[in-house]
Amino acid sequence: MTQALKEQTVNKDWVTLCGIQDLVANSGICALVAKPSEQGEQLEKQIAIFSIPDSEEKVFAVDNFDPIGKANVLYRGIVGSNNGEPIVASPLYKQQFSLKTGTCIQEEAEIGAYPARIQDQAIQVYI
Amino acid sequence: MSKQLNVVVVGNGMVGHHFVEQLANLRESAEQVNITVLSAENRLAYDRVHLSEYFAGKTAQDLALTDESTYHDWQIDFRTNAKVTTIDRQQQQITTEVGETFSYDKLILATGSYPFVPPIPGGDQSHCLVYRTIDDLESIKSSASSSKVGVVIGGGLLGLEAANALKELGLQTHVVEFAPQLMAVQVDTGGGRLLKSKIEELGVQVHTSKATQVIEKGESCRYRLVFADGETLETDLVLFSAGIRPYDNLGRENDLTLGERGGIVINSQCQTSDENIYAIGECALYENMIYGLVAPGYSMAKVTANHVLDSTSETVFEGADMSTKLKLMGVDVGSIGDAHAKTQGALTYTYENQPEGVYKKIVVSSDKTLLLGAVLVGDTSEYDSLLQYMLNAIELPESPEALILPMAADKPMLGADALPDTATICSCLNVTKGDIVAAVDGGACSVADVKSCTKASTGCGGCAALLKDVVDKELESRGVEVKKDICEHFAYSRRELFDIVKVEKITSFEQLIEKHGQGLGCEICKPTVGSILASVWNDYILDSSKVPLQDTNDTFLANMQKDGTYSVVPRIPGGEITPDKLITIGEVAKKYNLYTKITGGQRIDLFGARVDQLPDIWQELIDAGLETGHAYGKSVRTVKSCVGSTWCRYGVQDSVGMAIDIENRYKGVRAPHKVKFAVSGCTRECAEAQSKDFGVIATDKGWNLYVSGNGGMKPRHADLFATDLDDETLIKYIDRIFSFYIQTGDRLQRTSVWMENLEGGLEYLQKVIIDDHLGICDELEKQMASIVGKYQCEWKTTLENPESLKRFRQFVNSDKTDSNIQFVTERDQIRPATLAEKKAGELGGNIEIVDLTYNESPSESSKQAVAVMED
Repeated sequence: MTQALKEQTVNKDWVTLCGIQDLVANSGICALVAKPSEQGEQLEKQIAIFSIPDSEEKVFAVDNFDPIGKANVLYRGIVGSNNGEPIVASPLYKQQFSLKTGTCIQEEAEIGAYPARIQDQAIQVYI
Repeated sequence: MSKQLNVVVVGNGMVGHHFVEQLANLRESAEQVNITVLSAENRLAYDRVHLSEYFAGKTAQDLALTDESTYHDWQIDFRTNAKVTTIDRQQQQITTEVGETFSYDKLILATGSYPFVPPIPGGDQSHCLVYRTIDDLESIKSSASSSKVGVVIGGGLLGLEAANALKELGLQTHVVEFAPQLMAVQVDTGGGRLLKSKIEELGVQVHTSKATQVIEKGESCRYRLVFADGETLETDLVLFSAGIRPYDNLGRENDLTLGERGGIVINSQCQTSDENIYAIGECALYENMIYGLVAPGYSMAKVTANHVLDSTSETVFEGADMSTKLKLMGVDVGSIGDAHAKTQGALTYTYENQPEGVYKKIVVSSDKTLLLGAVLVGDTSEYDSLLQYMLNAIELPESPEALILPMAADKPMLGADALPDTATICSCLNVTKGDIVAAVDGGACSVADVKSCTKASTGCGGCAALLKDVVDKELESRGVEVKKDICEHFAYSRRELFDIVKVEKITSFEQLIEKHGQGLGCEICKPTVGSILASVWNDYILDSSKVPLQDTNDTFLANMQKDGTYSVVPRIPGGEITPDKLITIGEVAKKYNLYTKITGGQRIDLFGARVDQLPDIWQELIDAGLETGHAYGKSVRTVKSCVGSTWCRYGVQDSVGMAIDIENRYKGVRAPHKVKFAVSGCTRECAEAQSKDFGVIATDKGWNLYVSGNGGMKPRHADLFATDLDDETLIKYIDRIFSFYIQTGDRLQRTSVWMENLEGGLEYLQKVIIDDHLGICDELEKQMASIVGKYQCEWKTTLENPESLKRFRQFVNSDKTDSNIQFVTERDQIRPATLAEKKAGELGGNIEIVDLTYNESPSESSKQAVAVMED
């Protein structure tokens, strides 16, 4: 456990992952979330966080793991929209994933999508 | 028609049967038209084209085209073993051998032909046979059972079929041909030579220029053939296949007009000199020509059936194309039109590849605009396309030879407009242009629609580009606007966006999408706009407003690999590098444990860098005087060079010096796609410049400039643009062409495809660039000068800006690295671990953190020992 992770403030299930200054408009960043497994082990999960100022939600959080390319890269994808649905396109093979539902638009695949919000300059994700 | 029409058909071969089928379909009822069929053979029509398959196990039943019950169902009156002996033209009545008589209103002669047996002494012995009917095959089979060696006399199409049959029967087979070559009708000398060698490879001995004089008793075999040159050949079985003769006795004996060398003369309605008697198939002579193929026979049958029912019918027979494509003993042979270049002034192009066993020739008109004929042996893949050129008199491309040359990168495809409706677009599923037009008429309004209703391009997919072309053209001609929009966010093409950006001085994606687009953009339009902005303004591509536009490679100034790590390529202009810099690269690679490989562009690629390592790696490279190689960008990559006149005994110019100058001039310039250069120091072309977007080859007077070459997926030889240029003119021309390409190229369109699509092609480009035909050269040069002047090493700029370095963290809230990135060692260097290896590592407990969300499928099954790298 690194120092940064220990400092994560857990408020019920809304987890603060970073500050508003860490966001890059219309692009993604990645954060590590500590999460206990059912066996009580401490596991870590990579979450991609996207900032889209022009959207209603402003911020989105999904799994960083690309289930098609099988690598932790989604936060490095290009964000945009497909028929109004906010999406991120994987930088590996370009499939688009809905930032709202995590569903892949071109193929049978899905990633986790989590509610996210900006709370007092902090970026929180509900996990 | 109140009175019943009596139609009598003499002969029930393939053509005769086809006529019956046509007429039975066309007539209203058996009461209206009564059809009588008289066959001299003891069976009804069968497939003679595939006769040889009889030996491969097919039965007479398999070959049958019809049977008695079918003819009964069609209400056809028929007789087998019914040879017609006389025609009474006045009474309109015929009599058979057994004395049965039939009255006719219309008489159809479809008596076919018989094999020509040359009058060779001894040629009438019991094991001297012909190859025409199923009965003949029976005789051959029974003779073969007591024979070891068989000879076919005649090396034409049928002779080779017959030889194949003998071979199938297990005989040691020879073909004896009077002419100096095989298939002399369809194939020219060169093709015949190759055909001979291919057939001999299959174990059939071919003897050409041999005139058989006598067939006498043999010593080791039953017979001995004695040739005019005194040589002999022993054989147990002789099969004559020396051509066919029209079976025209009925015409001859009944005063119908015949040709000089036989054949019943017909007009374009297939009527003989007696208007109530028609002749069709191989017994008929149309304009002094016997059509010994089934397709023209079928056409005659169709014309006749129509005319018999309605004398005003407008369907006519006007001769037929005798082009053929077939497989003889597994050898592909194609013959189109004037294969022997007999037309006045005809010119030929020939391609022969002996090792591969391929021979191709095309015959073109004296002005090289029309295809007159072709010969293809060993590879008939171009047959369909060539046939379209000839049948439809489509104008040939400027270099007709490209139609048959295997290396011609982009074989001049027939443009959608030039193609007739009969042209085959998709040869896998046999879809013609007419089918596609019909689909569009039927409401299909996109390539996808057309694909789903015609199945075109769903086979190998090789016709996809042509299909799109045809569909687009058809839609356009119907006034449907064909969308060239780059994506759902912009209703513009790249070129239109380029103009908008330039004219309206737009400097950001936000400005552009607000004014001219909709939505949030996507992975298609964002990098395109990013590239346009870079091409027009050449600002630092990682300005905060531009970061979100870039593909990950541009964002992180490195090339993403399959596991999410990156590779790093420092620029090595012209491939020239000092030992010190080489050592630096080696040391950096060693320190960060990077996989090292020499690239095709004469530089060094370092693989396996995590995103967080990139700034440190680049700091060390830049400190040593290296700079970014832009391997990640849709931009100028490398200028490959040979060592040139400085060292080389043959070099005539300093190719390395020129390569370095060019690379330094254009490095970093963003374009619709990546751009590669090469400079060769002499005509030996060691730098392979003709496969590059811009190729420069030294001459003793200066430089030759080649443009729009390509390697890769679709190789294309570059076009020679200008010759013997001095240094200054060379750079000036490259400036202009490059600038013109940047402005007009499509998204991700390499210069090769750009050139192919440039209306007027090379000549037009020469006019624009050399003669300043459009008056834009000044502007093009200015544009290039302004981008060239703004060059910066993107890595240097990035490292100087702490804010931008923040992006190179895997996690915003942790200094950890990505635990999913794992390597194993292979050939003394790292490579990404496979899923199976990672799994094994987990079980061995070597990995500290396991993310359970990964759903790994154990598809890759490497069982190597796992050496997990941990930093």
